[in-house]
Amino acid sequence: MNFKRKVLSAAAMLALTAGAAQAQISGNVVKIGVLNDQSSLYADLSGQGSVLAAKMAIEDFGAAKKGIKTEVIFADHQNKADVGSQIANKWYDAEGVDVIVDTPNSGVALAVNQITKDKKKAFLVSGAATADLSGKACSPNTLHWTYDTWMLANGTGNAIVKTGGDSWFFLTADYAFGHALERDTEAVVLKTGGKVLGKVRHPLNTQDFSSFLLQAQASKAKIVGLANAGGDTTNAIKQASEFGIVKGGQNLAGLLVFLTDVHALGLEKAQGLIFTESWYWDLNDASRAWTKRFAAANGGKYPTMVHAGVYSAVLHYLKAVAATKTDDGTKVIAEMKKLPTDDPLFGKGTVRADGRKVHPAYLVEVKKPSESKGPYDYYKVRATIPADQAFRPMAEGGCPLVAAK
Amino acid sequence: MTEIFGVPTQALFGQLLIGLINGSFYALLSLGLAVIFGLLNIINFTHGAQYMMGAFAAYFLLNKLGLNYWWALVLAPLAVGATGVIVERLMLSRLYKLDHLYGLLLTFGLALIIQGAFRHEYGSAGLPYSIPEILSGGTNLGFMFLPKYRAWVIVASLAVCVGTWFVIERTKLGAYLRAATENPAMVQAFGVNVPRMITLTYGFGVALAGLAGVMAAPIYQVNPLMGADTIIVVFAVVVIGGMGSIMGAVITGFGLGVIEGLTKVFYPEASNTVIFVIMAIVLMIRPQGLFGSR
Repeated sequence: MNFKRKVLSAAAMLALTAGAAQAQISGNVVKIGVLNDQSSLYADLSGQGSVLAAKMAIEDFGAAKKGIKTEVIFADHQNKADVGSQIANKWYDAEGVDVIVDTPNSGVALAVNQITKDKKKAFLVSGAATADLSGKACSPNTLHWTYDTWMLANGTGNAIVKTGGDSWFFLTADYAFGHALERDTEAVVLKTGGKVLGKVRHPLNTQDFSSFLLQAQASKAKIVGLANAGGDTTNAIKQASEFGIVKGGQNLAGLLVFLTDVHALGLEKAQGLIFTESWYWDLNDASRAWTKRFAAANGGKYPTMVHAGVYSAVLHYLKAVAATKTDDGTKVIAEMKKLPTDDPLFGKGTVRADGRKVHPAYLVEVKKPSESKGPYDYYKVRATIPADQAFRPMAEGGCPLVAAK
Repeated sequence: MTEIFGVPTQALFGQLLIGLINGSFYALLSLGLAVIFGLLNIINFTHGAQYMMGAFAAYFLLNKLGLNYWWALVLAPLAVGATGVIVERLMLSRLYKLDHLYGLLLTFGLALIIQGAFRHEYGSAGLPYSIPEILSGGTNLGFMFLPKYRAWVIVASLAVCVGTWFVIERTKLGAYLRAATENPAMVQAFGVNVPRMITLTYGFGVALAGLAGVMAAPIYQVNPLMGADTIIVVFAVVVIGGMGSIMGAVITGFGLGVIEGLTKVFYPEASNTVIFVIMAIVLMIRPQGLFGSR
C-alpha cells in the first residue's frame, strides 16, 4: 500500500515536471528569492522591506490574473560571501529558484553574480553598490538596478569639490564595496582638481570610530569622505560630531547614506549632509502613493531606494517573463534589456547592454529639524542628474559583454 | 615633529587615550562577567543582550518618561538587574547542579531571543540618543581633542571597577560571597541565606552590563545588535585575563583597549582580529589566563 502510493506520487511528479517543461516555466512557478541582510547592519535598508517590495510588484503586475504562478522566499546572507553562495547554490539547484533579487553587500553580490552566471539563472541587484557588477564583472545574467558606486561618487564628489571641498581623507569599509566607492570617488576628486590626503580602512561593522576620526582630524583634509554604509556610517557621523570634526572646520561627506540612516541619526545630527540617491519617497505623487502602501504594510517604516529598486526590478522581470513565456534566466534578462522600463517609482528608463539600469539620480541635502514637516520628511532635492549623466558611460566600464560586440 | 614608526607622537598619545576609553567599556563588561563566573560558575552569554537592554532602557526613560541621562544611570541598571534576578530565580537556579554547558546554552539562547525580539520591534539601524548637555563639547589637550563625555566614561568606569573589586576582595560581604562559592553548605550552616546571595550577585553582574549600556548609548547607536558585536570581544578579554579573576578582567580590559587602539593606527584592517590573536597566544602559553589561578 505504502509502496504503491510512493510509486503513484513519483509518477505524478514526473507528469508534473513534464508539463512544466512544455510551458517553459520551471516547476510551473516563477520563484523569486530575496537574498539580503535580515539581521545586521543592512537589515533596515533592505531586509524584510525588500521582501515586501517584491510582493507588491507581483501584486501590481497582476501575476495571478495573467496566469503566472509566483512565489517569494527570502534568506539572510549574514554579510558573508560563503553563506550567500551556499544559499544561492541551494536555491538554484534544489529549490527551483529562478531569480535572486536585492543582495546588498558587494562582496556577497559578486559571489552570487558568478554563481548565477554559471547556472544561467537571473540576478537583479538592488542593494549592492559596486560598479564592477556592470563593469569588469558584468554578466548576461545580472542586472544592476538601483544605484552604484560610480553614480554616488560622481554625484556627491562633483558637487562637493565644486563648492570648495578639494582635499579629502577617506574612512573606508574594508571590503569590495568600500574599496569600489573609495576608488570611484577618488577618481572624481582627482579629475576635478582635488587631492586625496589619506585614507584608512576599517573592518565592516565597526562600533568605535574615534581612532579613525582622530587620524582624519590630523590629516587636516577639508572633507572626510565616508566610504561605508548603514550602521558604520551612522556611528561615524555620530562620533564625528562628538569629536568636533565639523566644528573644527572639516566637513563630512557621507558617500552612501540611506533614508534609514538619517532616521537613525535624527535630523539634529544629520542636518546639512549632502549625498546622492536614485529615489526618494517624496519625489512625486506616484512615489508618495506607493510609499503610503509600503509603510502601512511595513510597520510605519518608510522605504529606501533599495526597496524601490527591488519593486521596480521585479515588476520589469515579470513583464519580461510574460513576454517570453519562460523563466529561463538568460532569455529573460535579454528580454529585460530589450523592453523599455516603466514603473511608478523610477518612471521610464532603459537597461543597457552591460546590465546597468539607467534613470536620473538626485543630489539631496538633509533638512534642518525646523524644516521637517512630518514623518520621514528629511531631504531637500538640490539637483537632478539626468539619466544619461548619472551613470558611468558604458565604454568606460570595461564590461566584456560590450567589448565583444 | 618626532615620530615613532612613521606615526607622529602626538597622534600616538591620542590613540593611547582612545584605547583607554574603549578599554573602559571592555573592563566594565568583563567585570560583570568575571563576577558572575567567579561567584556563580555561570558563563553568562546573555551579557551582551543585557548591555543592549541597558542602552534601550536609557532610550525609553528619556523618550517615554522624560527622565534624563543621570536618572538613566541609576534606574536602567536597576531595571536590567531586576530582569537578571528574575532570570536567575526562574531558570538559572535550576542548572547549578549540572555541567557548565547547560548554563552557557541557556544564556546563549536567551541572548538570541532577546536580541531577536528587540530587532523585530525596533529594526537594526538603531535609535538616536544624545550626549547630556553638560558633558557635550570637549577640550583640546594639545595632542588631541578630548570629548568631555569620553573623559567621563574613563573616570566613571574606573570608579565602578575599583569599587566592585574592593567590595568583593576587601569587605565582609565579599568574604561571605567568596566563601559561599567555595562551600555553600558550610556558609548556609552559619545562617547565611546562600541562594538569595547568589541571586543578588547575578543581579549585580547584570546591572553592571546595564550600566555599561547606558554609558554606551550616547556614543554608539542604541542598536539591538550592539551587544552581540561587543560580547565576543569581551569574552576574549575575560579568557585572556583568566576566567573569574576580577582584577584580571579589569586590567586586561583596559590593556586590550589600548592594544586595539594602537592596531587601528598601524594596521587598521586587523583591528577587530588582534584581540583574538592575543587570546590564541595566551591560551597556548598560559591556558588559565594571565591572572587566573588554576
